[in-house]
Amino acid sequence: MANTTETAFVRKEMLGAKEPPLTETGIVKWARENLFSGWLNSILTVLSILFVYWVLAHILPWMLGGIWDASSLTECRAIRDEIYGPDASVACWAVLTERWNQLLFGFYPSEAYWRPVLALVLFGVAVTPVLFSGIPRVFYALTAVAPFICYWLLWGGTIWGPIFVALGFVLGWIAFGVVSKAAGSLAGTIAAIIVPVLYWLFLDAPITGALGAAMPIGLEYIPSKDFGGFMLAFIIGITGIILSLPLGVLLALGRQSDLFIINKTSVIFIEVIRGVPLIVWLFTASLLLNYFLPPGTNFDLMLRVIIMVTLFAAAYMAEVIRGGLAALPKGQYEGADSLGLDYWQSMRLIILPQALKISIPGIVNTFIGLFKDTTLVVFIGLLDPIGLSNAIRATTDWNGVYWELFIFIGLLFFICCFSMSRYSQFLERKLRTDHR
Amino acid sequence: MTTLTDPPKESFRLSQLIYDTRYRSLTIQVVAMFLLVLALSWLVSNTIQNLAALGKDFDFGFLTNVAGYDINQRLIEYDSTSTHGRAALVGILNTLLVAFLGCILATVIGVIAGVLRLSKNWIIARLMTVYVEGFRNVPLLLWIIVIFAVMTESTPSPRDFREGGSASMMLFDSIAVSNRGVYVPAPIWAEGSAIVVAVFLLSLVGIFLFRRFARARQEATGQILPVGWVALGLFFGPALIAFFLMGRPISLEYPELGGFNFTGGIQLRNSLIALWLALSLYTGAFIAENVRGGILAVSKGQTEAAFALGLRPNRTMSLVILPQALRVIIPPLISQYLNLTKNSSLAIAVGYMDVRSTLGGITINQTGRELEGMLLLGLFYLITSLVISGVMNIYNNSVKLKER
Amino acid sequence: MKKSVFLGALTVAGLAAGVAGAATLDDVKARGALNCGVTTGLVGFAAPDANGNWDGFDVGVCRAVAAAVLGDPMAVNFVPTTGQTRFTALASGEIDLLARNTTWTFSRDVDLKFEFVGINYYDGQGFMVPKSLGVSSAKELDGATVCIQTGTTTELNLADFFRVNNISYEPVPIETNAEAQQQYLAGACDVYTTDASGLAATRASFENPGDHVVLPEIISKEPLGPLVRHGDPEWGDIARWTLNALIAAEELGITSANIEELSAGTNNPEINRILGTEGELGAMLGLDAEWAKRAIMAGGNYGELFEKTIGENTPIGLARGLNAQWTDGGLLYTPPFR
Repeated sequence: MANTTETAFVRKEMLGAKEPPLTETGIVKWARENLFSGWLNSILTVLSILFVYWVLAHILPWMLGGIWDASSLTECRAIRDEIYGPDASVACWAVLTERWNQLLFGFYPSEAYWRPVLALVLFGVAVTPVLFSGIPRVFYALTAVAPFICYWLLWGGTIWGPIFVALGFVLGWIAFGVVSKAAGSLAGTIAAIIVPVLYWLFLDAPITGALGAAMPIGLEYIPSKDFGGFMLAFIIGITGIILSLPLGVLLALGRQSDLFIINKTSVIFIEVIRGVPLIVWLFTASLLLNYFLPPGTNFDLMLRVIIMVTLFAAAYMAEVIRGGLAALPKGQYEGADSLGLDYWQSMRLIILPQALKISIPGIVNTFIGLFKDTTLVVFIGLLDPIGLSNAIRATTDWNGVYWELFIFIGLLFFICCFSMSRYSQFLERKLRTDHR
Repeated sequence: MTTLTDPPKESFRLSQLIYDTRYRSLTIQVVAMFLLVLALSWLVSNTIQNLAALGKDFDFGFLTNVAGYDINQRLIEYDSTSTHGRAALVGILNTLLVAFLGCILATVIGVIAGVLRLSKNWIIARLMTVYVEGFRNVPLLLWIIVIFAVMTESTPSPRDFREGGSASMMLFDSIAVSNRGVYVPAPIWAEGSAIVVAVFLLSLVGIFLFRRFARARQEATGQILPVGWVALGLFFGPALIAFFLMGRPISLEYPELGGFNFTGGIQLRNSLIALWLALSLYTGAFIAENVRGGILAVSKGQTEAAFALGLRPNRTMSLVILPQALRVIIPPLISQYLNLTKNSSLAIAVGYMDVRSTLGGITINQTGRELEGMLLLGLFYLITSLVISGVMNIYNNSVKLKER
Repeated sequence: MKKSVFLGALTVAGLAAGVAGAATLDDVKARGALNCGVTTGLVGFAAPDANGNWDGFDVGVCRAVAAAVLGDPMAVNFVPTTGQTRFTALASGEIDLLARNTTWTFSRDVDLKFEFVGINYYDGQGFMVPKSLGVSSAKELDGATVCIQTGTTTELNLADFFRVNNISYEPVPIETNAEAQQQYLAGACDVYTTDASGLAATRASFENPGDHVVLPEIISKEPLGPLVRHGDPEWGDIARWTLNALIAAEELGITSANIEELSAGTNNPEINRILGTEGELGAMLGLDAEWAKRAIMAGGNYGELFEKTIGENTPIGLARGLNAQWTDGGLLYTPPFR
């Protein structure tokens, strides 16, 4: 017992791990594994590095040496001659410092820039409850009123207009509740459509007019001809998507319906819209829509474009939602039926909430596509960012500026679309784990 | 024995149309049909009234009038004294050409980029990510304009090919890359060339048959025949023999610098190449994402099993992963092909004379027949889309997993 | 009824809605603004400045008409139109007046049913080539590659010119002027062709304008003028005589500097009639007596407008040429005001 001290040597503390060989550690190991893992990979790596270097060597000096402070291209060239000599090629970013506001807002009055910005922020806040889970349901109220506030912020005019238009929807809701209790849901639905329409036709305008005269609260009215640039792209894209949502849901349901005529009408509508390029539809909006409406009707091009874009997006939206409907397990439909719900009840309470939720990534992707496609309105004379770049080049000051404007426009589009697509990928991942 | 009594005669009440599910669907359809017809007749009557008010008629006669404008790229005979109808046909062929070329190149780019994005090589994977995200998130119109401009800026103009110029032709003076397009030698068909072509086509059939034979044999016996070498031999051998036997009936006409431009040879115009590249790169980025998704959808066990069998990575990819991924990839691929075809209508941005710029552009502009022109244009795109999706759906059904 | 239903719905939407009736003048007055179609941007003729105000030679016509009708040269809604959309915009009533360097041709006047109210610029299609090409005449352009802007009469003139002279060419159609300039400067085409005014403006924007020459041939007549719809002669008269007033003002020496002084009364009866101190010309048009005075004050007379926007002291530097008064050897010759 006492002899315990006699024990042989016992190591008290462990030796620290040896440094791994230099080739198996840190950056060297990483490079060996990721860049030079074989002769093919090594060649590819070297080629890629050369390619990147070649591209950057051409672009970077031009971009970084750019001139930011000048009032015209001629002045830009004079400054360049002074600094770099006449043969150098550098960007003339001055066109952006002078015209960035036009590229973003079009001809919107500069003292009112806060309005579209605020509308965009409001829109962002209003969609968060839809896009992210775990936000209190109170915020849905904000989502419901946001379109009216955004509209009022953008176009201005009296505040009573949007308020009393919104009142129509409330009236419809009330009518639905009252009439469907008294005379069944079909009568309720009909009442919910007729009451607001009658209200909008006969009561809305006089009330708004009278209140507007009595209490002139409002913002300065800004006509849509002043809208342009990225603001226009956003407005067309966002309204197109929002308005196409209900239409898309109806078309998707129609396409799934057993009723022959409704089914075929939906299929034909969707296929015709999807089979023809957007640019042809835009030309239709610009050249032909006036033929299809009663003689003498005429309204501004932006509204016509929004109508056409809405119809266009609705067809794509219908396909996205159809995918969502098809992805629901059959048990959900059967469960709804077994509870004794009728068609609209089962759709409203069981099917659509789930189908729409899983369609959100697809809807966001549709939105990205639509947002990019808004650049096509340049062909019918609306001043979107590309249209404005042409208009800017048409001034004597900036005639001859080329790449700078395209780079700015491309960069802004990239930032917007990239962040949205990242969000939709995030959502896809989240939804996938939910179902496994 | 069994007493069959007539069911009690139900008297039909009007309210059954709404409340009885047997009749309700009928009621709804009749109402929908009625509303539809009403809406359509409203539109048509408006159109008729509007046309009358403008003093216009609805007439396709303008298609037989002289067009009066020139088109640079024409696959069939056309000059400025031809009719508008023929101009539209030239445009249609141009649209189909760029769409066809675009679909092929986009698939190639898409598959390569999709596979490379999953590569272990860090820098390659990153480069492909930059490519895919860059093209997916910037409007196609911008890319078309930018690629067109980059091509014009970065290639020499024909003037530089003159004596003392900075540029020279490639491949023994047979190909010239200029900023007006790429000039390649054109074949001249002399007598007897038809036989050479026939032999060549026959050897193509031979290659196809041999591949089927080799495959059947491999599945039956496990023996692998050298398909690649035999195919290569069949591809060149018989045609070359026929070529020399017939006394070299096919010769090449080389492009030459004469006057302002190259003359002779075939000119692939810059507008075509730029549009083709832009459409392919843009659509290729989307296809790459589909391919990547398809590959990731194949479970990892498949790869590991293939490795365990001793297959090399590239054979694993081509024999095990891609065939399975194909089933996931093809349905979105169809819609990408449709998108590419529809997006070719942006050709006007680079001055490529597709059907949108001839029929839907200059013709409408000169004749003022926007209603008829847009109708024809829409119909063309609609039919093209339906044909493409029809053909691709047949293909899809043939590769789909047969579930029994 | 249906129309009012539809319009009611639109008014609800709060977006600008209007009815194009027969009486354009009443519509314009009721709206309080003139809807004027211009280009989406053409150097010197119409372009928005940094504050979004449109400026240019065609814009000047719009402002003059607005001043004559509404009394305010700024009461104009400029509607940018492309070569393809301009005629439909006018036919459908979206715009009241199209002042977008549009060539007056037979088919546009007769077949497309528009009324050209006059000519504000006599143009013609020309060619620009790099000096280094050593070309001195368009007839030497056999086999050349030619950049053209589509959607205009340009491509038709070009086809005709080369066919008549029996020489071949390769057309490169381009959608916008900016692309055409870029292609031309990079040497992708040997020749750039468009209206001579456009060529001058384009050349002026080059780094080295001296390296490029405009060939002497003018291959077409391009009388550019504002136009209105068929079917409302009163409105056509207003636009026509507003333009004529600007031209006559230059001929008679009425400028924005001396107009106040002259409108006190002069011993030249025609000046008095134009400025409304004598006769009833304004009332005949359905306007007040001072309509022409306001139109001239909006941007000056024709000559002042020209000098300010495209004349020799601007970067574009166009000479008057055909657009001089007939008394100076030009073609501007307005019918008398009486």
